[in-house]
Amino acid sequence: MNEAPLRVLIVDDEAPARARLRDLLGDIAATQPSRVVGLAANGVEALRLLESEPADVVLADIRMPVMDGVELARHVLRLERPPAVIFTTAYDQYAIQAFELAATDYLLKPVRAQRLAESLARVRRQLPVADEMLAGLAAGPRRHFSVNERGRILLVPVADVLYLRAELKYVTARTAEREFLLDESLVQLEQEFAGRFVRVHRNSLVARAAVTGVERAGEQDGEARWDVLLAGVPERLPISRRQWPAVRQVLGL
Amino acid sequence: MKSIKQKPDPILPRAGLPDFRNLGVLLRLLLLVNLFAIATVFVRVDEPAAYPLAFIAMAAKVELPLFLALLLLFALQPLVERLSARNGRIAVVLVALAVAAATFPLLRDGDASALWRWLAWAAAAAAGVLLYFDNRSRRHSRALTEARLMALTARIRPHFLFNCLNGVLGVIRADPRRAELALEELAELFRALMRENRELVPLGEELDLCERYVDLEHLRLGSRLNMRWELEDCPRDALVPPLLLQPLVENAIYHGVEPSSQAAEIVVRAERRSGEILIEVDNPMEPGERHKAGNRMALENIRERLMLFFDLEAGLEIDAGGGRHRVSIRLPYRRKTP
Repeated sequence: MNEAPLRVLIVDDEAPARARLRDLLGDIAATQPSRVVGLAANGVEALRLLESEPADVVLADIRMPVMDGVELARHVLRLERPPAVIFTTAYDQYAIQAFELAATDYLLKPVRAQRLAESLARVRRQLPVADEMLAGLAAGPRRHFSVNERGRILLVPVADVLYLRAELKYVTARTAEREFLLDESLVQLEQEFAGRFVRVHRNSLVARAAVTGVERAGEQDGEARWDVLLAGVPERLPISRRQWPAVRQVLGL
Repeated sequence: MKSIKQKPDPILPRAGLPDFRNLGVLLRLLLLVNLFAIATVFVRVDEPAAYPLAFIAMAAKVELPLFLALLLLFALQPLVERLSARNGRIAVVLVALAVAAATFPLLRDGDASALWRWLAWAAAAAAGVLLYFDNRSRRHSRALTEARLMALTARIRPHFLFNCLNGVLGVIRADPRRAELALEELAELFRALMRENRELVPLGEELDLCERYVDLEHLRLGSRLNMRWELEDCPRDALVPPLLLQPLVENAIYHGVEPSSQAAEIVVRAERRSGEILIEVDNPMEPGERHKAGNRMALENIRERLMLFFDLEAGLEIDAGGGRHRVSIRLPYRRKTP
């Protein structure tokens, strides 16, 4: 084998598990040369490391605090050259079935050297898994949105977002501090975060928790029009006539 | 030959004879006999308008002998317990007959009632009650076997086993001594799990097992796992169902420590409060924590086993809120009879 060593990032919340993977990568170096570029304890740490140390492969545990492996895999897709993600898991029948269906690569812990070598060999010709596939594997909605800003992946905690508004090609996510452009569709966001955001208009979703009230904004065709007021930002978002009954119900007005 | 002819655990319903000192048994007895009395009134009286008076008359006749019989059975429990199942049943019927006969002169209304009818009713009530408890214990002994089987497969999460093995493999090169220790602990843990866990064990043993388990979890979780044991006022000889505590601590780690990015503290409290033992496992809970199914299953398993061992005298409560999750268990303080 005279290929360039793969740059590998190991992500697991348990120190012995990280050590084990590093040992194994050393053991199989003769057939699958690799270089460990970093060790991270969760998805957020991994993304920070990837900014300065690009990797070809991320070995990511599925169950981790702060940010789990599936969410991490979705965010790395925003990188210019997304690394391949190989999931590791100790035991989770249901997750494994889902991963089989999505044709993503996963390793069962304790990982065997032979199996790891096979996965690395496959990585060299593998395409990244599509975000839609990963969304189907997720145990729940993401905890962060991600934005690629000048080569860096910026994470925006979903809990900080007050509203989402569709504008031409992008969706604007507004936090109390600033706006971010998300490369996603409003319909998908509405589905993924049905519990958190409520649709008030064809082009906007607002965070239920941020709503402080509604205000009458005038009349149209003899019917009252309403705006929704949000905590932390001065702007008001119009509620469409079509959404008004649903919004009233959801907000308990 | 003592080891072969072991006396079965007195707390479990044995051969159909209930424990007359158990609150649940006493309540059931009261209820059953009163239902029987009500049924009798329905059979004897045709006129619906006469029911209220008939009920009162019946209650006047039934309650005093019933309470006397219960008191007597409560007092005689240690003796009844020693009899064979058949003789025990006969003894219970005899107690009922004796009480009925003794109270007959006091409660008879005129010459209308005859002693033999009075006695027949008492015997029928006693037989009915015995039949009920016999049936119940049969049903429960089957449930016990099932619970044991279920417990064997569900008690330790496969998740734990594989993570633990992975942890051992992770330290085996850097710290072989630690890996050795962990495997020894794992062996001990599995020995306890695969035992026939049919009899109550001292709380002290259960706590030792938990400490071993926690030590294994420390291997992979490191400083993220903090344990606080508050066991000053706890008698280590109190008898508890085997593997009562370990699944609770396992749940606490799975839901409280693993999803948390910071160090999390689990508190295990045990104390004696008059005739009861209170045990609590308290852990932090992430607001959005998912995977609730396994948690519920383990708790249901424990609740069922408490019911089988102690009937209504034990209980399990869950108190979640304010970012913490607390399971409290209350059970009667019993010790091994020397």
